[in-house]
Amino acid sequence: MKILVPIKRVVDYNVKVRPSADGTGVDIANAKMSINPFCEIAVEEAVRLKEQGVASEVIVVSAGDNKCHEQLRAAMALGADRAIHIDAPNSLEPLAVAKCLKAIIERESPELAILGKQSIDGDNNQTGQMLAALWGVGQGTFASSVKISEGATWVTREIDGGLQTVKLNLPAVITTDLRLNEPRYAKLPDIMKAKRKPLATITLDELGVDGTVRVTTTKTAPPAQRKAGIKVASVDELIDKLKNEAKVIP
Amino acid sequence: MKTLIIAEHDNSALKAGTLNAVAAANAIGNPVDILIAGFQCDTVTEQAQKVAGVSQVLTANAEHYQHQLPEEIAPLIVAQSDGYSHILAPATTSGKNLMPRVAALLDVQAISDIQAVVSPDTFERPIYAGNVIATVQSSDAVKVITVRATAFDPVDNTSGSASATSIEALAALGVSSFVEEKIAESDRPELTAANVVISGGRGLANSENFGLLYALADKLNAAVGASRAAVDAGFVPNDMQVGQTGKIVAPELYIAVGISGAIQHLAGMKDSKVIVAINKDEDAPIFQVADYGLVADLFDAVPELSAKL
Ligand SMILES: Cc1cc2nc3c(=O)[nH]c(=O)nc-3n(C[C@H](O)[C@H](O)[C@H](O)COP(=O)(O)OP(=O)(O)OC[C@H]3O[C@@H](n4cnc5c(N)ncnc54)[C@H](O)[C@@H]3O)c2cc1C
Ligand SMILES: Nc1ncnc2c1ncn2[C@@H]1O[C@H](COP(=O)(O)O)[C@@H](O)[C@H]1O
Repeated sequence: MKILVPIKRVVDYNVKVRPSADGTGVDIANAKMSINPFCEIAVEEAVRLKEQGVASEVIVVSAGDNKCHEQLRAAMALGADRAIHIDAPNSLEPLAVAKCLKAIIERESPELAILGKQSIDGDNNQTGQMLAALWGVGQGTFASSVKISEGATWVTREIDGGLQTVKLNLPAVITTDLRLNEPRYAKLPDIMKAKRKPLATITLDELGVDGTVRVTTTKTAPPAQRKAGIKVASVDELIDKLKNEAKVIP
Repeated sequence: MKTLIIAEHDNSALKAGTLNAVAAANAIGNPVDILIAGFQCDTVTEQAQKVAGVSQVLTANAEHYQHQLPEEIAPLIVAQSDGYSHILAPATTSGKNLMPRVAALLDVQAISDIQAVVSPDTFERPIYAGNVIATVQSSDAVKVITVRATAFDPVDNTSGSASATSIEALAALGVSSFVEEKIAESDRPELTAANVVISGGRGLANSENFGLLYALADKLNAAVGASRAAVDAGFVPNDMQVGQTGKIVAPELYIAVGISGAIQHLAGMKDSKVIVAINKDEDAPIFQVADYGLVADLFDAVPELSAKL
């Protein structure tokens, strides 16, 4: 069984991003970039399935400019077998990404696609669900546990009220939540080995996908600022403030 | 043109987030209908009819809609989408699961988690864990949207008088099936609806110590939440996580106990009206968003607070 793992290059989660001064974008020119954390979990899950003998090959794919080669190599250092770079503007939206992935699926015929549940830059949480729709298969989103046997996958999902388990026929799409696994660190020999693993590039034209942006960002702004607070010296002072100043407790 | 709201429900009750989604629909301005897909869900239809400002409630009743699997519900919504310029659902885990699938079937780019309506095609939504608010404009014919509940006051759910229509279910797709659900039972207020939320972090050190927060919560009729670190460490279950990738809350009072204040946690609570932080590290970033900060050992401060309230 082949597994396709789409990964996105994003600003590292430790960076506090600010809107650009002219309010048209964000200031990320020199920011540290990483694999989206949820995608890293997706890579780890796929690699574990390969180590267990459930999967035969793990293919990572990323849409964006050339810089995403860095993240594709990093994913191969974690154990993915080969990589596909979809040469596209970084502004590609989830629907267009899903269309690209669908076109790749037609060429590669994987039985499973594991995506992150959300990219931490756009916070869209859409691509996996869209891919499942276009592919006409089941979706196990926000997965905290995945089991595969006899042509199906059992996915336990993190939902608002607790946990839900669904059974999906294969092929299927899974999106990862944080507790699915803890990704490994790449070892130096694996990083060296990853440099020699195959990385193919394909264009939007070759995939037949129109990358025109449909939802344009017309403005960016900082969130509403909170007014500066104070430190209280004791529990008594805290209670007094909450009762008499903030009036949030009786 | 009209707006279609996808009801969130459990076949017996309409969930609160639906009322916030109707409020967002009112801000868009078109007539509003509600679609309910479920099984033996007549009481939900009756409740939806009473939601203020709704014209029509459309109900599809079928066994394969019982668990509202997106594989089954998304095509139903698409089949009903004629005449609607906007399709909205609350940005809960069910809305987030369903709506992108609907959007892809309609060949439109969905818009997640809006917090304001600027005009019928322009919305504000948080990106980068809420550190940036983007104003976005959609050129698609149909806008498929999830709504951040805390940003829209719920509409009244007693005064409405919508008509009810039953609609035909589609044949089951059958690629997915429901296996089981483990829903946390609690007599405390729900995290996203409570007026007061008390959250604990890694500083609580273990699951027994969360008892300190429950004792305080009883005094304040509060819900109890947690940081991801507390959930990951197994102190409490996942449904208690507040943050960028957990629940978004905006209560009157939020008390963060033993939580450092990572960007991802702040994303879920910084719109609370009053924030209190109790942390023994005076440099903890949580103090930067706190209205009232108490530098103290939580194991002294929390019991004292409970005793004095
Ligand atoms: C992709 C991604 C998504 C994430 N999503 C979320 C999310 O949705 N929600 C979330 O919360 N996190 C999220 N995180 C994790 C986040 O980055 C932080 O790791 C996490 O919030 C830290 O939790 P914490 O504050 O409980 O733990 P820590 O950062 O370890 O802080 C513990 C605090 O407790 C204090 N403390 C310890 N003992 C005591 C004591 N006795 N008395 C008083 N204070 C004490 C310490 O001073 C410290 O400030 C996410 C991370 C990633 C990468
Ligand atoms: N440009 C991209 N290239 C590859 N995968 C992507 C890209 N954008 C999104 N994805 C995948 O879709 C998931 C969800 O992203 P999003 O819908 O943008 O929140 C990510 O975790 C990735 O697995």
